[in-house]
Amino acid sequence: MSQEFNRGPAPQQNKDLFILTYGALVAQLCKDYEKDEDVNKYLDKMGYGIGTRLVEDFLAQSSVRRCHSYSEVTHIIAEVAFKIYLGVTPSVPCNNSSRNEFSLILDKNPLSEFVGELPAGRSSLCYCSLLCGIIRGALEMVHLAADVTFLQDKLKGDSVTEIGITFLKQPEEKKYRRKK
Amino acid sequence: MAIFSVFVVNKAGGLIYHHDSYAPRAEAEKTFSYPLDLLLKLHDERVLVAFGQRDGIRVGHAVLAINGTDVNGKYTYDGKEVLEYLGNPANYPVSIRFGRPRLTSNEKLMLASMFHSLFAIGSQLSPEQGSSGIEMLETDTFKLHCFQTLTGIKFVVLADPRQAGIDSLLRKIYEIYSDFALKNPFYSLEMPIRCELFDQNLKLALEVAEKAGTFGPGS
Repeated sequence: MSQEFNRGPAPQQNKDLFILTYGALVAQLCKDYEKDEDVNKYLDKMGYGIGTRLVEDFLAQSSVRRCHSYSEVTHIIAEVAFKIYLGVTPSVPCNNSSRNEFSLILDKNPLSEFVGELPAGRSSLCYCSLLCGIIRGALEMVHLAADVTFLQDKLKGDSVTEIGITFLKQPEEKKYRRKK
Repeated sequence: MAIFSVFVVNKAGGLIYHHDSYAPRAEAEKTFSYPLDLLLKLHDERVLVAFGQRDGIRVGHAVLAINGTDVNGKYTYDGKEVLEYLGNPANYPVSIRFGRPRLTSNEKLMLASMFHSLFAIGSQLSPEQGSSGIEMLETDTFKLHCFQTLTGIKFVVLADPRQAGIDSLLRKIYEIYSDFALKNPFYSLEMPIRCELFDQNLKLALEVAEKAGTFGPGS
């Protein structure tokens, strides 16, 4: 049982299979659906399902404490979660002064590292919509509603990939869970 | 067995998993001849001893088995009513096993939801803002430890008061849950956990906890 305790970063071989699997997934969805919006939507939906489960694995492994601000949450996502699961650490510049919009800037996205550019009929495809869905699903499980979208995408010609997280105000239902 | 039970409660307060490993300590099996000198009564779908405490058979104990085969509530395994069976002199001599009745699944479900509510009340009663809910409940015969994850799932462990290392056991159960329940694509969230691997690994973890008392560094 001792392997259970050593959760180091995944070795390089595993990532290649993962990248290929993701590529195959997007390719199949492109074959199944004509419109880019549909593909994006289904990728996001799948990501949401993954996020709801991944968050428990993340919390169990990393034993992070309760966060007290949205900024802290974003930093934990960038510095701990991305590091564990994708091996990269996006940077978090400070955004909007109302402190509920944040960005994650990735200059190296392992999922789309080997995709040069989007094919000609698929210019509004968000290749990594899955990631948005994952973040959204994970946040929702810890009672933080958020909108997660791609603000910039290297595959579309921008210089970096930027994921925007906008935390939405929640109705005050449970006081004891408010402080997160 | 120093760890008596493990319960997993979902966000809505429903019990999604329970595991009991305590050996019932008070069970007595005796052979009786007609007439039975214990007074039995039917209560809550079980046949309980109402009067006639003796020899390890106490008031409140339930009829667990007749002639070696377990009874099914108030009916014997072949469908006859226990009280009727024991009222008939032709069935004697008979060997009956008495013991402390176990909780049924429904009772466990009810107790889990009740605990869920008490947990919430506990955090609201706190004079400090943002307090957690009930983490430990102590009695003279057992300690109940509860760990609520940031997502709202509660892991409850009932153990012997002297058992150490329950905190790390709770974290370990969380890891086992995130591995064998969540990574199983056929398991739907918030539903009862029916995953064989989860059971096996949980039992292993309980054994390790009882022997070592701790999981060592790096867990």
